[in-house]
Amino acid sequence: MSAIPYSTAAEPWVLPSRGRVAMLSLIIGESAIFTIFVVAYVYYIGKSLSGPTPQQVLDVPIFNTICLLSSSITIWLAERQIEHGRMKAFTAWWALTMVLGIVFLVGTGLEWHKLIYLDGLTIHTNLFGTTFYSLVGLHATHVVVGLCMLSLVLIFSLTGHVTAAHSERIQVLALYWHFVDGVWVVVFTVVYILGR
Amino acid sequence: MADQSVPIGGALDLTPARPEERASVLEWLHGWVVTVDHKRLGMLYMIYAIVFILVGGAEAIAIRIQLAVPHNHFLSPELYNEMFTMHGTTMVFLVGMMYLFGFGNYMVPLMIGARDMAFPRLNAFSFWMSAFGGLLLYYSFIGGFGLYGMGAAPDVGWWAYAPLTARAFSPGHATDYWALALIVMGFGTLGSAINMIATALSLRCKGMTLMRMPLFVWLMLVVSALILVTITPLTAAQIMLTIDRYLGGHFFDTQAGGSATIWMHFFWIFGHPEVYVLVLPAFGIASEVIPVFSRKAIFGYPAMVAATVGIAFVSLGVWAHHMFTIGMTSVGNTFFVLSTMLVGIPTGIKIFNWIATVWGGKIRFKTPMLFALAFVFQFLIAGLTGIMLAVAPWDWQLHNSYFVIAHFHYILVGAIVFNLFAGIYYWYPKATGRMLSETLGKWHFWLFLIGFHVTFDTMHFVGFLGMPRSIYTYEPNRGWNDLNLIISLGGIIQGIAVLIFAWNLVQSYFRGKEAGNDPWDAWTLEWSVPSPPPAYNFATDPEVHSRRPLWDLKHPEDPDWKYEQ
Repeated sequence: MSAIPYSTAAEPWVLPSRGRVAMLSLIIGESAIFTIFVVAYVYYIGKSLSGPTPQQVLDVPIFNTICLLSSSITIWLAERQIEHGRMKAFTAWWALTMVLGIVFLVGTGLEWHKLIYLDGLTIHTNLFGTTFYSLVGLHATHVVVGLCMLSLVLIFSLTGHVTAAHSERIQVLALYWHFVDGVWVVVFTVVYILGR
Repeated sequence: MADQSVPIGGALDLTPARPEERASVLEWLHGWVVTVDHKRLGMLYMIYAIVFILVGGAEAIAIRIQLAVPHNHFLSPELYNEMFTMHGTTMVFLVGMMYLFGFGNYMVPLMIGARDMAFPRLNAFSFWMSAFGGLLLYYSFIGGFGLYGMGAAPDVGWWAYAPLTARAFSPGHATDYWALALIVMGFGTLGSAINMIATALSLRCKGMTLMRMPLFVWLMLVVSALILVTITPLTAAQIMLTIDRYLGGHFFDTQAGGSATIWMHFFWIFGHPEVYVLVLPAFGIASEVIPVFSRKAIFGYPAMVAATVGIAFVSLGVWAHHMFTIGMTSVGNTFFVLSTMLVGIPTGIKIFNWIATVWGGKIRFKTPMLFALAFVFQFLIAGLTGIMLAVAPWDWQLHNSYFVIAHFHYILVGAIVFNLFAGIYYWYPKATGRMLSETLGKWHFWLFLIGFHVTFDTMHFVGFLGMPRSIYTYEPNRGWNDLNLIISLGGIIQGIAVLIFAWNLVQSYFRGKEAGNDPWDAWTLEWSVPSPPPAYNFATDPEVHSRRPLWDLKHPEDPDWKYEQ
């Protein structure tokens, strides 16, 4: 125990941004949800009592994956633009991010359409169907939620309501999008590489 | 040199004098429904918890009346199953989770010198989500057609093991109400936890470093972090259960290769840390109450913080000690035996620190202190039976017996409910401006203490004698008759004590002694503002220089910041 008194008056009092803290907390919580679904998927690999199996019906969605992962880069470029107040460029990169996200969703939709109508795999068919649609569907749900928030920002920025002053909020939102992309890497590895 | 003479802003009452306006009842009600004020939401959480502690308590009394004598017909077997399921679910989710966020919401911003929580609207959203979840759960009594086609509440136990929850074995909607209610409450809880973390990390007043935060705030921070990774697995498992029940999935369907064991894992990955989620805020309350009523600063503050974080980490790796009897490998068993015993170290540190705080103190035996002291000793016993049950062979003998029931009620009641009461007696004056009656408080304490020990001490023995949990009646020749009657009598004594408490809450609100700002001569920031605090909390932003800012203010000749690191 030292008896040296000291003053905090001179030092600036800086605390972490509440938005970032909250988003990181949300991401930790969401990661736990995904972990449980991933564990269930891995645990049930090869335990289905009937077909179809992943080897028979799953194609690796390379184009989709490239789209989703590059959207992380485009949203990062958008973040850089808004920091410097270049709103036109920001809107352009932001819109491109959304397009890439939508392409990914459409790709997933086509994949599911093929699985359901051509291969006859539904959530009810076997354990593979149950775990596959749940895990990929959980991720797709997050993409949908992300796209809803991205489109709100796009509407606001097209109507001129987003300025450089909102750069921190935009970055907090972008954190979520990076998370959605990061989770896809895990889902992709588990479903299309390990499980196939 | 620090300028310790800077007054703590809230100590000045700058409330502009204005005439009392009398609002109509509708306006008053509307004000409470649309509120985003952390104090009002905290009160709503507390009222919610107290209402449901009465409901859950009534369910417990019904269970005990049924078990008081063998071959009793007070409850039908079906209703008995519903009662213990609803009792467990209510007490954990509608009382436990609500009380911790009630105290947290009300106290954390005040203790760290903030205007409100980090996200006031998220706060309101979280509360109403949780409230809606509770209504959903209880609506099942009228809306959930269950077994035998009658109106039915969930009857699958609060752990809801597969495959009992499958469509084939739990037809109707009772189980769906249970799953959906828990999903909805899970989102409310997650929102509140995120809010709490952001508040504690980002809104502290000037000078309040992490190592100067009141221990209650530390505990709420750690609990909220734990909730992030604890409640979410439950939500995930409930989503899987709902997929199984509604979309014909096979997660827990053993007929299609699914596993019933994996539900147990998922449930206890949530379920065990959940116990720590509930008990850590209780530790926080004890860590505020015990120093103030011992007139000493808390002993070993850094060790208390470290022990808290330690408990949170260890708690994530002990879940399968609920599953020793399912036949894990010996490696699995050994791992969970050892990790569970590890919990004893940080909790032991805490018990030593509380005792060291009391040691040599000038103890004031007010009601909050009585509850907190009883907690320390009961928690010790609960910890010891916990170590016994952590030994796998011992657990094989006593698993699912009343010994286990006695053990976890010693934590849930002996530690959590006792501190819930301690916290209410301690902070009620702050929230309402009135003291709770000490006379009624003492009656409440002694009756509850006696009832608690009569019930739960005896339960250990009936457990040793082999009485299993979740049975609706038993044969008269098992040697359990007298003990069960004693347990039931203790339950009724506790019920009377809780009714005295409820009466105390109501009558003190109208006729209690005026409390003033600081009735306990305490040291944390919430006592520097008027009781009840104004909507804006602090008239000017406070600045702190030590862990006990009010001590510094009251004793400028001997402030804490001279001694603290």
